[in-house]
Amino acid sequence: MQVTTDQFKRCNLVTVTGRIDSNTTPQLFKVFDSIIAENRFKIVFDMGGVEFISSAGLRVLINTQKTCKRWNRGELVLANVTQKIYQVMDLAGFISMFKFYDSVVEAVGNF
Amino acid sequence: MKISYTRIFPGRFDSLAHIAEFVIQAAECAGLDDRETYALQLAVDEACSNIIQHAYGGEDQGEIECTYHITDTGLTVMLRDYGRPFDPSAIPDPEMPTDLDTCTGGGLGLYFMRQLMDEVHFEFTPDSGNILTMTKRKETD
Repeated sequence: MQVTTDQFKRCNLVTVTGRIDSNTTPQLFKVFDSIIAENRFKIVFDMGGVEFISSAGLRVLINTQKTCKRWNRGELVLANVTQKIYQVMDLAGFISMFKFYDSVVEAVGNF
Repeated sequence: MKISYTRIFPGRFDSLAHIAEFVIQAAECAGLDDRETYALQLAVDEACSNIIQHAYGGEDQGEIECTYHITDTGLTVMLRDYGRPFDPSAIPDPEMPTDLDTCTGGGLGLYFMRQLMDEVHFEFTPDSGNILTMTKRKETD
């Protein structure tokens, strides 16, 4: 799993390529945690390069969303989610927990 | 036609990517499509993560023996470990979350396995270990 982060004026962008499984999830959690630790709660997660995400990875997204949305201070939004991953999120009942965007530009424009 | 192959992986989280490669290759040989292959990969990943975390109680406590059987109708994956057995019937499917506050994101592993595979069977024996057998059938045209 490779992670890159960018900071924009109104939000932060996290881009991941590769697998998000029980081995790599702690690394992803740290990335979100370090952004939140800087009091930045508006995050775009570009999942276009994510080949695979397990329930452990989905749990990180749910927990990050909870932290970001607390006191209406922000939100985690998802961009470029592949159909296979979208179907698994649907199976878990997670679709209504996130906004989905077809591009990073649209997702960043949300904030 | 029946092809079988077995590999043993250390019970560590960094084995998960190697186990995925192993079963993806098998799925391709079995003629599963992209969606079926992803479903298989997810079910196997959840099963192996559970073995490491719950059966062995952590990394480097034991091995995971992974066997696949390719048949004319699809693919069967068998996972064997020698960790703690459990009662799968005692683990209910998670409730569908209605809002973020009550959503825990927990309990999805076994639920994904049950939902994504055509057959899921657990066997716990003192001598032969814990054996999980999961079958994914090819969609017929």
